[in-house]
Amino acid sequence: MYLTLFITFMRIGAFTIGGGYAMLPLIEREVVGRGWISKQDFFDIFTISQSMPGVFAVNISIFLGYRLKKIPGSLVCVLGAILPSFLIILSVAVFFTHIQDNVWVERAFKGLRPAVVALILVPCLTAAKSAGLTWKTAFIAVVTALLIWLLNVSPIYVVIAAATGGILYGLRIKKG
Amino acid sequence: MIFLQLFWVYVKIGLFNFGGGYAMLSLIQDEVVDRHSWITMQEFTDIVAVSQMTPGPIGINSATYVGYTAVLNSGYPPDMAVLGSFIATFAVCLPSFILILIISYYFARFKKNRYVASAFCGLRPAAVGLIAAAALLLMNSENFIDYKSFLIFGSAFFLTWKLNVHPILTIIIAGLSGLLLYG
Repeated sequence: MYLTLFITFMRIGAFTIGGGYAMLPLIEREVVGRGWISKQDFFDIFTISQSMPGVFAVNISIFLGYRLKKIPGSLVCVLGAILPSFLIILSVAVFFTHIQDNVWVERAFKGLRPAVVALILVPCLTAAKSAGLTWKTAFIAVVTALLIWLLNVSPIYVVIAAATGGILYGLRIKKG
Repeated sequence: MIFLQLFWVYVKIGLFNFGGGYAMLSLIQDEVVDRHSWITMQEFTDIVAVSQMTPGPIGINSATYVGYTAVLNSGYPPDMAVLGSFIATFAVCLPSFILILIISYYFARFKKNRYVASAFCGLRPAAVGLIAAAALLLMNSENFIDYKSFLIFGSAFFLTWKLNVHPILTIIIAGLSGLLLYG
C-alpha cells in the first residue's frame, strides 16, 4: 500500500506542469478514481489545502496521505510528490544550466501550456457536479471566481468569507 | 552559516506564503535576491523560466534550485550544494507538514460538528470558483500565443472530459503536438 501511494504521488509530481493547480486533475483521477476517498472529501481537502500557507501541492499531498494512512502515509505521499521535481531541478542546476534556451523544450511547452489550462477546467466541472450546484450556490462559485480573477483578492479571504456565510446561513435555517 | 540561514528563510517562505506559487515568487525574490544576495536577479529569472518548463510546484522547484546555487555561490563544493538544495526543499515543506497534522487531527473530530458542517456548505461552491479562477488566470497571452494554442486547449479538454483520457496521456500528447505544430 505504501509503495502504491509513493508511486502514485510520484507520478502526480512528475506530470504536474505549471503549478499546483495543474495537479488537481491528476490527483482526482488517481485518488478518487481508485476509490481511496470520496469526491466530496477530496474537494473538502482541496478547499482546506487552498486556504493554508505553503506550497499547495505539498499541502494536499500531506492531507491526503494523512487521511489514507496517518503520519507514515503523509510522509510517503509528500516525498513521492516532491521527489521528481527535486531530482529534475537538481539535474537542471548541475548539468543543464541552459535548458530554458533549448528550442525543443520551448516548442513542447508551447503545446503543454494551453493543455494544462484545459486540464484544470475538468476538476472544476467535477467539483461543480459533486457540490450539487443550484442557482443559489452557483452564484457563490461565480462571485468567488470573479473576485480572485478580476479583483485579485487573495483566496484565503474568499475561503474565510464562504465559511462564515455557510455558518450564518446554517444558524438562520435553525432559527427559522 | 549558510545552511542554517537557508533553512530559516525557506521555513519563513513556507509559512507566510498564501495564494499559490506565483504569489510566492515576490516573497522568494525579496529574501534570496534582495536581502541575502544568494543569487542574482538574472539567476532568479532563470529559475522562474526553468520552473515553468519542468514539472513540479514552483515553490519546490525554486527551493531546490536556490539551495544548490546559493551554497555553490558561497564557495562550497557541489556535494555541499546538493545538501543545500535538500535543506531548502525540506524547510519549505516543514511548516505545511506541522500545520496539516494539527488540522487533520481536529478535522476528523469536528467534521460532524454542526458549525463545521454549515461552513462547508458555503465552502463547497466556493471551491468550484477557486478552481475556475485558477484556469481563468492562466488564460493569458503567455499561455495562449496563437490559434494553435486554442486548438490544443480545445482538444485537451475534449480528450479528458468527453473521452475520459488520463491527464498524463493528455499532457504527453500536448507536448508532442507542441513539437509538431511549432516546428
